[in-house]
Amino acid sequence: MAIDRVMLLEMYRRMNLIRYFEEAGAALYKRGLVKGTLHTYVGMEASGIGVCMALRKDDLIAGTHRSHGHNIAKGADVKRMMAEILARETGYCKGRGGSMHIAAFETGSLGALGIVASGVPLAVGAALAFKMRGEDRVAVAFTGDAGSNNGAWHEGLNMASIWDLPAVFVLENNHFAISSRIEQMTHIEDLSIRAQSYGIPGIRVDGFDVLAVYEAATTAVARARAGEGPTLLVTESYRFDGHYAGEPQVYRDRSEVEVWRQKDPIPRFRSYLEGQGIATAAELDAIVEEAKQEIDDAVEFAKASPEPDPATTMDNIYA
Amino acid sequence: MIAPERDAISLVATTPTMSPDLIRQVPDGVPAKLLSYQEAIREALREEMRRDPSVFLLGLDIGKHGGAFGVTRTLWEEFGPERVRDTPVSENTIAGAATGAALVGMRPVAEIMFVDFAGLAMDQIATLAAKLRYMTGGQCKVPMVIRMAQGGGGGKSTAAQHSQSLEVWFAHIPGLKVVLPSTPYDAKGLMKAAIRDDNPVIFLEQKALYAFKGLVPDEDYVLPLSRCDVKRRGTDVTVVASGYMVWHAMVAAETLASEGISVEVVDVRTVAPLDEETIGASARKTGRVVVVAEACRDYGPANEWGMVVMERAWDQLKAPVVRVTGLHTPIPLANSIEASVWPKSDSIIAAIRQVVGRLPRGGH
Repeated sequence: MAIDRVMLLEMYRRMNLIRYFEEAGAALYKRGLVKGTLHTYVGMEASGIGVCMALRKDDLIAGTHRSHGHNIAKGADVKRMMAEILARETGYCKGRGGSMHIAAFETGSLGALGIVASGVPLAVGAALAFKMRGEDRVAVAFTGDAGSNNGAWHEGLNMASIWDLPAVFVLENNHFAISSRIEQMTHIEDLSIRAQSYGIPGIRVDGFDVLAVYEAATTAVARARAGEGPTLLVTESYRFDGHYAGEPQVYRDRSEVEVWRQKDPIPRFRSYLEGQGIATAAELDAIVEEAKQEIDDAVEFAKASPEPDPATTMDNIYA
Repeated sequence: MIAPERDAISLVATTPTMSPDLIRQVPDGVPAKLLSYQEAIREALREEMRRDPSVFLLGLDIGKHGGAFGVTRTLWEEFGPERVRDTPVSENTIAGAATGAALVGMRPVAEIMFVDFAGLAMDQIATLAAKLRYMTGGQCKVPMVIRMAQGGGGGKSTAAQHSQSLEVWFAHIPGLKVVLPSTPYDAKGLMKAAIRDDNPVIFLEQKALYAFKGLVPDEDYVLPLSRCDVKRRGTDVTVVASGYMVWHAMVAAETLASEGISVEVVDVRTVAPLDEETIGASARKTGRVVVVAEACRDYGPANEWGMVVMERAWDQLKAPVVRVTGLHTPIPLANSIEASVWPKSDSIIAAIRQVVGRLPRGGH
């Protein structure tokens, strides 16, 4: 499919933004500056970018606990994201949510969610509302491989299927829950066949190939927007970091991770862009430098921001 | 604690009946109809759906079937299957889809058939809907209602998994509102308020009261959430109660009036957020309080009201607060043993006598 150059370079830019954001976040975490946990998306950038950049601003995404990448891919401001990670008043959630609940609503994101698969019913409801109001908006729910064993996931796909809801269910198979492998926890190898239980299309795509993900997502989104119903999109991925930043990862060998690192989606996409003559090395370097700088600025902004005032502890419990 | 009396105690010549006259909320001369609790809820749903296109219903068998308790009868015929939507048996996603729709500007009213099924939906209700506004720093709101039938008694009890009173599950979660109306008048006015409220509201419908009738004004009205209603004014004892127990409290009050004991009955109406001020004011006035709830004893809602009384009427209390509650047991089926599980007016009368008995003879 033909994608214009501006879009391709923006994809590259955002992939780098995510990568540097995660690395900066992990570094801050290891220095004890991040409250709670941090689940990084390193290695999975192509999956989130391919999906989110196939969406309009007024389409919605519902995330997982590992959704920094989803939010950045959907257009979130990394300053406000970093401030939220560091629990500052200037964060998207005013320091109330942190990494696992980070939500940039203005970009069409319902945010990260700390309960596995809980975004699926939310996306079903949003898609239902869109359909009832005659809007051509689409709702996308992300889960991991582990999330697709949760009851909510199955309930949600079923409900979306019976009503032909404008939804896309993206299953990012990174092969692990925390320490348990998907091979131990499911009886099937190809998770996309779960779509058959719900009579909807199931697509399986290389999650390290941003353009393959983008193409598959575009097809699924178009289907939804045309009123033809939901799709299950499985992106075959792997997380290079542990479940959380700094995890000892006793459940897998470093050598295993190194094999998967060869598939890193960012250098792969870079090779494509240079090889196809879409951009020069200098142009791409400039994009990378700019992304690094933007993240550095975000860290400074976050560090300089105030923490929430205790007088506001009880704000926003009720509307 | 006063245990519910096992034998029928009749200390007065006649026992007041639970007729519409026992709880009168509409002044004489106001145009009104006699509606059942079930009909009153339906009227609220109908009027709000006519008024606001973003209001829609979802749940099991609520469409053509009219709902397991008949509450949504005729609404499918008027509003169609899109707005009165039958769902699969997927309670977590019924609640979650309602949450998602609310997040993007709809006002869903979801039905979970029995409060006992709420366990299946607690993740979406308590861990998501209740907390999304707070966790996101106020970026969103969840204007939804979840209706659930609760409680036993009135011949509709179907034992342990279909008869519970679980308001405390929800009342304990910051971010939820919990309503438990006792009359048709309150049910209609509070349902309208719940639908118009911008927060997730758990609307608990007392099964035993579905057939109870009461006057409902013809003219439109909305009642405030988080406001108790003093159903009967008195000076000697305050009885704080909710739901079906309000009726038993009113029978007790009527009975004791002939003995010269003046009982004030405070109907909680909104379990959470609680109108502590009305409870406190009544407790300060009478100095003697009995708290009554159908829910089983331990960690039940009446304990909260007792604590509120302690905090707000410490100097005025003439006796400790006495609670009257359901027995702390799963609910059995057989009438012979089910009869003793829940409080009735005689156990409330006994509790009132206990708090009153603390005063020296002849004085206040």
